[in-house]
Amino acid sequence: MNLVTTQVTVMDLIVIAPALVLTGCALVILLLSAFVPTGRRGFLGYCAVAGVVAAMASLLWGNDGAQSGFNGMVQRDPFALFFTVIIGIITLLTILASLGYARREGIDFGEYYVLILFASVGMMLMAAGGNFLIIFLGLEVMSIAIYVLAGIMRDDARSVEAAFKYFLLGAFASAFFLYGIALIYASTGTFDLTGINRVFTEQSSIRILPIVITGLALLIVGFGFKIALVPFHMWTPDVYEGAPTTITAFMATGVKAAAFAAFVRVFWHALPQLQPYWVEIMWVLAVATMTVGNIIALVQTNIKRMLAYSSIAHAGYILVAFVAGNQLGAASILFYLLAYCFMNIGAFTVVILLGKKGEERTLISDYAGVGSRHPLLAAAMAIFMFSLAGVPPTAGFMAKLYVFSTAIQAGYYWLAVIGVLNSAVAAYYYLRVLIYVYFREQEGESPITQFAPAAVLVVVISAWGVLHLGVLPSAFFAMAQRSIQFLR
Amino acid sequence: MLLNYIPVLLLIGVAIFFACFAVAASALLGPRQANQTKGAPYECGMPTLGPTHQAVPIKYYIIAMLFLVFDLEVVFLYPWAVVFRELKVAGFVEMMIFIFILLVGFIYVWKKGALNWE
Repeated sequence: MNLVTTQVTVMDLIVIAPALVLTGCALVILLLSAFVPTGRRGFLGYCAVAGVVAAMASLLWGNDGAQSGFNGMVQRDPFALFFTVIIGIITLLTILASLGYARREGIDFGEYYVLILFASVGMMLMAAGGNFLIIFLGLEVMSIAIYVLAGIMRDDARSVEAAFKYFLLGAFASAFFLYGIALIYASTGTFDLTGINRVFTEQSSIRILPIVITGLALLIVGFGFKIALVPFHMWTPDVYEGAPTTITAFMATGVKAAAFAAFVRVFWHALPQLQPYWVEIMWVLAVATMTVGNIIALVQTNIKRMLAYSSIAHAGYILVAFVAGNQLGAASILFYLLAYCFMNIGAFTVVILLGKKGEERTLISDYAGVGSRHPLLAAAMAIFMFSLAGVPPTAGFMAKLYVFSTAIQAGYYWLAVIGVLNSAVAAYYYLRVLIYVYFREQEGESPITQFAPAAVLVVVISAWGVLHLGVLPSAFFAMAQRSIQFLR
Repeated sequence: MLLNYIPVLLLIGVAIFFACFAVAASALLGPRQANQTKGAPYECGMPTLGPTHQAVPIKYYIIAMLFLVFDLEVVFLYPWAVVFRELKVAGFVEMMIFIFILLVGFIYVWKKGALNWE
């Protein structure tokens, strides 16, 4: 056995450049937060913004072709680049939305931004991992940072409860995931995704071994937890409600995008030969996730809980494209995640802007009269709600259109029918928010005079993204299609 | 092939028998006397004084966690030292980066006062 080379090449550095930049920036902020006296730490958030921008700029280093570093451990193919950019956008928007919010809630210490950056590093590694070990490493780096972030409001019992619940259940899910990896390793003898694919192609007899099927099921549980698929969704509403709103937005978009990236890469790149075994499980999961998410969302009175159930339902829609399993399906997953990141962060940022210290005013009835007090903000909220409901000309409509047409092309008519029916149900609870915003008045509420400028910028960017993706989707869809060519 | 497992089967049988025998024997033969002392939460030792739900200093936890981190650092240093010559300069640089990252953590912890016992 020859020793694996330890020489780090320039290619290796290019492949992990964004993660390196983010890590370096996080370490600097960590030191600054220790040495800069309290009260003068306001600039740390801007350092984090600069770090994310620098990480995105580092993507320009190196060309567009598919490359890999560290002996195939980390990939830099168009798929990974697409997700790195999505994760970069999500991180940037989250930090911008946090600048004012963190000060209001008293959590604007450096560690808050450091943990967001570390979580972002984990997400990028997860999306770029060409090896089960890197995917697991990314998952853990991301999860541990998010566990802490969920409970960063230490004086708020709900926040601490959210962190504890997420940590306990997340640790279980990681164990399931790791056991799944171990069983797949036991049957194929490799952690490398391409290597696993080769083994399954060459030795068709091992595909039906119980150990392989068990490993597959455990992997589905592990991913299902992070993506919040029914029946692994029980933690979602409590954690989303208790966590700081910015972190809820980060979890609902970033964690989901990274987990879906690894999910698609593992199941379509490493385990496509096992498709007959997982496709029916996914069918059932997709239907259960859409239906349960939407129906429970109907009766929610807290907007954060409602958006939590809505995020479950959206994971179900994405899974519809996952089941369809063709080239178009993968592209529509990517497009959906891009659209979802804009509309969800936008909606949560409006919640942040209208909130008060101590996470108050998160009931849907608190939104009464917002239309007359803050017409522009109400219009932005309307755009996000219409997009989440899937009304043209917004990104949510185009994303759903791609997903359901994919399902029909692949012959999953019932799945598409159930999905469309679910979207109709979902329209009720999204539009209910708008009814409160525009058609109910609330006496004695004075308008909020001071909005955090950075959070307003996030709303503007998100609204622009939602409308742009809704009106001119083809360029982005073509980009998504180019990004998944490695799959076949 | 299957015959090779007979010792295992025998061992399982003996283990089950012994477990059942020990429980059954003590249930049949052991004397039982219920009295107040026996029903107390702590049969031996001092009765508790005052409330038992007290805040415990969490310092131990932090120190234990920090110890774990730097203990693991040493765990990684040993195999690195063994193959130090084969790894050449690249191995040295990589280990320095690793130690540097932990050093940043150490400075942070120190500066934040996590090592102050008072």
